[in-house]
Amino acid sequence: MANSHQLKRVDFIFRNENDWEKVLSSTIKKKPNELINELISSELKGRGGAGFPTGLKWKYTSEEESDEKYIICNADEGEPGTFKDREILSKVPYKVLTAMAVCGYVTGATKGFIYLRGEYKFLEAELNKEIAEFEYYCNEINFDFKISIFMGSGAYICGEETALMESMEGRRGEPRNKPPFPTQVGYMGKPTVINNVETLVHTYTIFKYGAKKFYDLGVQYSRGTKLFSVSGDTPKPGIYELELGMSLQDFVYEFGDGDTKAVQVGGASGFLVPRKKFKDAAIGFKGKLTGISLPTGGSMMLFNSSRSMFNVLDNYLEFFREESCGQCTPCRVGCQQLLLGIKAVKRGDKPALYLDKLMRLTETMQLTAKCGLGQSVANSFSSIVENFREEMIY
Amino acid sequence: MANKVNISINGFPVDIEKGKTILEAAEEQGITIPTLCYHKDLCVAGNCRVCVVEVAGQGRLSAACATPCEDGMEILTNSLKVRNSRKHIIELLLAEHNADCTKCYRNGNCELQILASDYKIMTQDFIELVPLKKYSIDMFSPSIIKDDSKCIRCQRCVRTCAELQGVNALTVAHKGDEMKITTFFEKHMRDVVCTNCGQCVNHCPTGALVEKNYIEEVWEAIANPNKHVVVQTAPAVRVGLGEELGLEAGSRVTGQMVAALKRLGFDSVLDTDFTADLTIIEEGTELLTRLKKVLVDGDKNVKLPMATSCSPGWIKYMEHLYPEHLDHLSTCKSPQQMFGALAKTYYAKARNIEPNKIVSVSIMPCTAKKFEAFRPEMHDSGYRDVDYVLTTRELAILIKQAGLDFDKLEPVKYDRLMGESTGAGVIFGVTGGVMEAALRTVYEIVTGREVPFDNLNIKPVRGMEAIKEATIKIEKPLKEWAFLDGIEVKCAVAHGLVNAKTVMDAVKAGKADYHFIEFMGCPGGCLGGGGQPIPTNAKIREKRAEAIYAEDGALTLRKSHENSEVAKLYKDFLGKPLGAKSHKLLHTKYTKRQRY
Repeated sequence: MANSHQLKRVDFIFRNENDWEKVLSSTIKKKPNELINELISSELKGRGGAGFPTGLKWKYTSEEESDEKYIICNADEGEPGTFKDREILSKVPYKVLTAMAVCGYVTGATKGFIYLRGEYKFLEAELNKEIAEFEYYCNEINFDFKISIFMGSGAYICGEETALMESMEGRRGEPRNKPPFPTQVGYMGKPTVINNVETLVHTYTIFKYGAKKFYDLGVQYSRGTKLFSVSGDTPKPGIYELELGMSLQDFVYEFGDGDTKAVQVGGASGFLVPRKKFKDAAIGFKGKLTGISLPTGGSMMLFNSSRSMFNVLDNYLEFFREESCGQCTPCRVGCQQLLLGIKAVKRGDKPALYLDKLMRLTETMQLTAKCGLGQSVANSFSSIVENFREEMIY
Repeated sequence: MANKVNISINGFPVDIEKGKTILEAAEEQGITIPTLCYHKDLCVAGNCRVCVVEVAGQGRLSAACATPCEDGMEILTNSLKVRNSRKHIIELLLAEHNADCTKCYRNGNCELQILASDYKIMTQDFIELVPLKKYSIDMFSPSIIKDDSKCIRCQRCVRTCAELQGVNALTVAHKGDEMKITTFFEKHMRDVVCTNCGQCVNHCPTGALVEKNYIEEVWEAIANPNKHVVVQTAPAVRVGLGEELGLEAGSRVTGQMVAALKRLGFDSVLDTDFTADLTIIEEGTELLTRLKKVLVDGDKNVKLPMATSCSPGWIKYMEHLYPEHLDHLSTCKSPQQMFGALAKTYYAKARNIEPNKIVSVSIMPCTAKKFEAFRPEMHDSGYRDVDYVLTTRELAILIKQAGLDFDKLEPVKYDRLMGESTGAGVIFGVTGGVMEAALRTVYEIVTGREVPFDNLNIKPVRGMEAIKEATIKIEKPLKEWAFLDGIEVKCAVAHGLVNAKTVMDAVKAGKADYHFIEFMGCPGGCLGGGGQPIPTNAKIREKRAEAIYAEDGALTLRKSHENSEVAKLYKDFLGKPLGAKSHKLLHTKYTKRQRY
């Protein structure tokens, strides 16, 4: 495979570096423009899964004129099978805080928020201590940046950036219309950078070691490393930092139990890849790659031959049916129809051909849903139904 | 060209004003993009997704209502991709919707039904969701019926209740498949802060929110030979009814309406405008009395500004949100309730009919009037003062059921005894109208001269501005009113409860030095009421307002105190304004209510 490489384990993110004060004070001596260019040249893309170039996000926000801007760290880690942000926030929170402060410096924001998943309440106290320590140092060097934690309440949809802001503003967590994007109109109507926890940590790496170090890892269109939350039928579940661009085949060699039937890449909103396609699939962002390239927020779920793919899909759809905010038609009604539909086919109440009607429905959902949630239900649905059609019917 | 963007719609290039959405641009070009959650009165939600269009170069479709035009955009509003997706979305909505159309109150005037028909959705492949959910219909409110099985979750009602009315009785709860529009703690509409204004009904695209109708009850009363059925028609009905019967917005149909009511079999067709004139006499006197008590006697118990009390939606809003400030409200009943109280006393006596044989029906642009008629204190005649309240829409249903060719009816005048009215009574139907009518009379009472505005048209209180203010200086008053000499009477007018809230918050904070404020619950006043034809929007409200002022202008009598029947009423029955009988029949008390 020309566009993928051997699986390589790396250790940047969790490397314990007690020099964040130095990183912060030296980074904010550079010009914001320099830092933005550094970030752009690293080709870092958002690690929440959507993969928007981080440098551009910071740049757009820095170019906005506003009396107030905000930095939000999206720690509403809710994608099924993802648990990396929890680990980052408990092991190296200072890297996240430093990155937020640098982002504030670059964009002209003085306030940051960590939107912490409701289920991560147990992290809050420790994190607040870290913040206090961090702010103490900022005070010492006369650097104005304040960070506070906003606790989520457990809705998956609030991981969507605009729903998250609605939730922070005290309203119902429902995605907004885009445009305008958060870089222009974000939290409280002000320009806002919202980054995933992991993305922020990568910027720490980039500012400390330089963009080249980061760029040299990974493959074209998918530079750097990524944390993977490995779960399912694997002898070694856990969190691993790997270079992007590896083939799924290599991944399965490393993490599979010898009987891997399929891997769900990117959680419930990602794609399911069956064994026969492992060698064609590379893990990374979409680009001009041959074969399939699969973006992921880091969730890698392995299934062995004891698993029914019908049950897997049924489980995902249950999840989406409940976690859709219910605002837009294609997502609210679509998820219900998909779930009821596959059950009806399984029972024999609907003919097998009904699956094709449902496949067309997922296309419509992808085309018309208001936010990423409804748009991405099609991913798991179509990849499972296409590859395991017989398991849906019999 | 700086404020224009060049786009193409379906292959045809056009210049569009910057900032306009794709939906607005298409509309300008004569292309209708279907919508459901979009309403011109409300902020953009972009949640139904029916209006999706294809923008070249973008993988996904865009919601036309929520996407601003950008230079160079190539837009397709009817490509195969768009059509297929749109059809899918309509199918999904139908799968979720109780599509038993023949049994629906909105059958024939339902936006979803029209879309389903336009797109010829002839089959239902998706699984029907309604039987799987436990829906129950909330029909406890005297005004509004809420049927969630017909709800398409467009949130128009929620936005209406929040943005236009500032009431927030309706809100979204739960998520995913359980997401629904409901009230605080999912209580019945009867038991929450709902003002019964009916704006949600007027803005609902389907039959999920409808008025509680009293059509059969009225037909039964008419058919009962032992009953004498009197009907009163509110000012705004005459400029709205035509729309519901196929005429253009702003059609004046007073004469035909009266003719139709007579043909429907009402025994006496009378005018709420008559009691509107009466309200002016009572309320004007009350205002002058309050001014005297405050300015001359220094009575601390008397509150200024005095607020009007004609709009029952506004009254309930006050009771819920400003229970400590009910003293500001005029004690006058609304014209509907004054009429009701008089119908079973004065009218009954004059016509020599037993009051218990009278059935009093009113035709209102309003759903809150239904609630008002139900209020326990509205029994001053010894009976229920108003028996049934029908909206403008319900009257249109009666007319259609009776098979009347409305357009061809010869205009007829109202019956007498409580049928005479002046232009001042008519303009009660528009925001600022009560204020204008009051000023025409009060100024003349105090000074003996006509109000100093060209042709009696008090322009500062007219128009659709959210909050209007006017000041009239009293000069050379009659001897009796000498204490008002040189005083500038400050007035304000607010329509739509969200604007009423702004003014009341100022009053509450002691920052409003008005003497008199007109409040109307609905945008535009009664002509934009919750019982008026659907659709209602800013353009339509303007047209109805023009019609109201044209009605006023066409009358020779334009001041309430010139109404000879009102004068006769005082002479024969009431005695004097604010007299004992007036107090018993025409004034009321208010109830403190809680917010939750």
